[in-house]
Amino acid sequence: MASVTTYDEDLLIKEQGYDDHFHEHHHGDKYQSGFITHYIFSMDHKIIAKQFLITGMFWALIGAAMSIIFRLQLGFPEESMTWLKPILGKWIVVNDAGIGTLAPEFYYALVTMHGTIIVFFVLTAGLSGTFSNLLIPLQIGARDMASPMLNMFSYWFFFLAGLVMFLSLFLSTGPFSGGWTAYPPLSALPQASSGSGAGMTMWIVSMVFFVVSVLLGGINYITTVLNLRTKGMTMWRMPLTIWAFFVTAILGLLSFPVLVSGLLLLTLDRSLGTSFYLSEIFVNGQALDFVGGSPILYQHLFWFLGHPEVYIIILPAMGLVSEVLSVHARKPIFGYKAMVYSILAIGFLSFIVWAHHMFMSGVNPFISNFFVIFTLIIAVPSAVKVFNWITTLYGGNIRFTSAMLFAIGFVSMFISGGLTGIFLGNSAIDIQMHDTYFVVAHFHIVMGIAAFFGMFAGIYNWFPKMYGRFMNETLGRIHFWGTMIGAYAIFWPMHYLGMAGVPRRYYKFDSFDTFSHFADMNKFITIAAIIVFALQVLFVINFFYSIWYGKKMTTKNPWGATTLEWTTPINAGHGNWEGNIPTVHRWAYDYGKDGNEFIPQYVPLGENEEESH
Amino acid sequence: MATDTVLHDDVHHKDGENTDAWSGAAQPFEVSYGKLMMWYFLLSDAFTFAGFLIAYGTLRFSSPTWPVPDFVFKTAPFGIHEWFPGGHAPLIFVTFMSFLLIISSVTMVRAVQEGHRENKNGVVYWMILTIIGGAGFLGCQAWEWTNLIAHEHMTVNRNPFGTHIDHGVYLNADGTESSDIFKPGDSFLIHKDGHGHGHGGDHGAEAGHGDGHGHDAHDDGHGHGAAHDNIRKDVDLKHEYVDKEGFVHRKYKVTEGRDVGVVKQEAFGPKSFGALFFFITGFHGFHVLSGVVFLIIICLNVASGLYVKRRNGYEMVEKIGLYWHFVDLVWVFVFLVFYLL
Repeated sequence: MASVTTYDEDLLIKEQGYDDHFHEHHHGDKYQSGFITHYIFSMDHKIIAKQFLITGMFWALIGAAMSIIFRLQLGFPEESMTWLKPILGKWIVVNDAGIGTLAPEFYYALVTMHGTIIVFFVLTAGLSGTFSNLLIPLQIGARDMASPMLNMFSYWFFFLAGLVMFLSLFLSTGPFSGGWTAYPPLSALPQASSGSGAGMTMWIVSMVFFVVSVLLGGINYITTVLNLRTKGMTMWRMPLTIWAFFVTAILGLLSFPVLVSGLLLLTLDRSLGTSFYLSEIFVNGQALDFVGGSPILYQHLFWFLGHPEVYIIILPAMGLVSEVLSVHARKPIFGYKAMVYSILAIGFLSFIVWAHHMFMSGVNPFISNFFVIFTLIIAVPSAVKVFNWITTLYGGNIRFTSAMLFAIGFVSMFISGGLTGIFLGNSAIDIQMHDTYFVVAHFHIVMGIAAFFGMFAGIYNWFPKMYGRFMNETLGRIHFWGTMIGAYAIFWPMHYLGMAGVPRRYYKFDSFDTFSHFADMNKFITIAAIIVFALQVLFVINFFYSIWYGKKMTTKNPWGATTLEWTTPINAGHGNWEGNIPTVHRWAYDYGKDGNEFIPQYVPLGENEEESH
Repeated sequence: MATDTVLHDDVHHKDGENTDAWSGAAQPFEVSYGKLMMWYFLLSDAFTFAGFLIAYGTLRFSSPTWPVPDFVFKTAPFGIHEWFPGGHAPLIFVTFMSFLLIISSVTMVRAVQEGHRENKNGVVYWMILTIIGGAGFLGCQAWEWTNLIAHEHMTVNRNPFGTHIDHGVYLNADGTESSDIFKPGDSFLIHKDGHGHGHGGDHGAEAGHGDGHGHDAHDDGHGHGAAHDNIRKDVDLKHEYVDKEGFVHRKYKVTEGRDVGVVKQEAFGPKSFGALFFFITGFHGFHVLSGVVFLIIICLNVASGLYVKRRNGYEMVEKIGLYWHFVDLVWVFVFLVFYLL
């Protein structure tokens, strides 16, 4: 048995580190000379990560607030909403008795915007944008992204996308209201609903900007991971976070362009009168001049993005959780290679399951078989990952920090939501379940809550790296337990609603006797949602308070992690390392090896030491 | 631009460390990050085009008929098609166009090669030829679009190129059967009244199917020439129907099958043909146009000696070269689906 390894970090990096001659070329940072270039048009990946994160948080609050408004409508359809008039204006219709009701078309707008905002702006840009930017260069040992300039553009295109979407909220006809999937004909005919005109136009413009942002980011992430790893950082020594971001970027790169194809054809249908997605159709009793198009075609093009998109959301969360679980359980991640192969398998399979979103839309039922099989096969790599997370925890010396709690919560949510996915993946069961609250419950748990949990785990864990201070742990634990219990309180009952056939997207259920006895359950869900929302506000307060007043970081590596980001100075400048870049000699998960609590990646193998895999 | 990131291009070999292209501080594909980025961009762009071509496939195979390329694309500028048998030059012009584009790829390869040789003038010379090829292709496309739009009246939502699905015989002005017979699969073009001649070709067009011959809707017999200022609209005659927009739909009697003896009129072809054609070739043309613009910019940079000083030399020429070959490759697919299938 090898003896306990001792090492001097500074000396090791200085003597054995990789000299990339960075400092010979960069005398002072010419890119960050002033306030504007440092904080606004910054090319430093760490600043860009913060920009993504804070913009994402802004959108998360808006998206969540929208859900609270439509939950109020669903939970308390009889209550007056006049008090919301100062915010929502004409969308609250006040009758003579002073009772205010939410305009139905705005209810749909809220549901649509909630989905669009959370899926794209928060869980794609806010999650993958933040952590890919922050961690890829830091963990692989690079000074910055391959192209810091394109990286900056990536953020600003995202900002522009957000700006256009935000402005569309204030249109007199309201934002787009045909669902986040923007199916034609509601999205193709400007006269179809109030949000289908200018609202939809702005939705498309915003999404195209967003795709540009994703592509600029993704091309950068992939290239950086391939070309800019420090000496010794083989692919098999990369932390699972990097593997996850890498595959996520590939998924985005291959799926988002197809959405652009779909949206460009949609634009032609909207503006030039072509018939790509429209066939014989009547609006207000009038026959329109469309013939030969196929609305199913749009659905195929949309879901070819749409399904990889849910893995674009969940894979980064999985990567963050793998890392956090391992660090705070003080154990190597169980089955590292199996984890990598699972990520690759999930990434590949995510491209051949898209039509399981369309079982009931008129696709050939025999084609459905194909998609059912591959959908169910995705459960295999997913289950491998879950098994490995649980096994990593087993027998670990667990530190229940806020980050760790959220990581464990992620595993719980992923199991609960994943299991219902096996139900929905069957085209036969989908006949009963499609378009009900069962679907809403499923995807909110598995890719909504779970992805948020992964994001929270990441934020609590890497906050010190971002700001040099810690977030408040007490508030963090309140945030975790409230959100954990609250999220189940919101979505668990929805399964029962769905099994009873309660359809999603409905404005109210007053006129359906079948569903009237669910009124109390809907109230319960709404109250839980309000509490969970309040807890997220608490989190945001904790976040911003801690940036300026949090407990200061005193050591470089507060969690005792092995990865390279913790070798940079506490408030690292552009370029990350002051001297040489550390050289890597081992994988990222040497915890509890040969009597050492942990051995960082830059420590060379001992004399009789074998490299772990 | 991206030059502020230091390339890890010098690999140090150290004792006991396994060093290969993938072990860090190296470029695993021996390709710089800039070229790698271009490759990944092209990969994503390929998926955009794939999306369009899948839309094409879906819509085409949901239509009962589809215009025959040999019939649609049978015209060439300057009346060159008149030199060909029957006055039609099927696919001749587009062959020329494609040839131009593919030759421009060859000249691009030479430009990149000269770049490796650090021969500035050579790069400029071959890039100029490439630009000429690209611009020539765009010019041809402009002519083709003009011909289709202005002379044959195809738009994004109207397709005058129809295909017969019956056996039948056209009718004379007095309602009697003419000698002009056709069979399923024969093509026809619905002319606008008064636009019977021009590039569209008035003569019984050779359809793509060996012995069959196509038909133009417009009867040569009647008065064009001066007819431009006297266009008929919404006129229903025994041998033709002129619709509200002035399109002349010839009438015919079905001679075989279930509808035998029924008089029908020519109908427009599948609407999505026009939309798909203009959109997909337009999207490709937009790529070519962007390529030409970038080629010009980079060519000017080469000529100014900008890349002589750069560490990575003429890599920018290589990057635009990758893009240019990609645009060429996409054309092969566009050509396949619109002109050959």
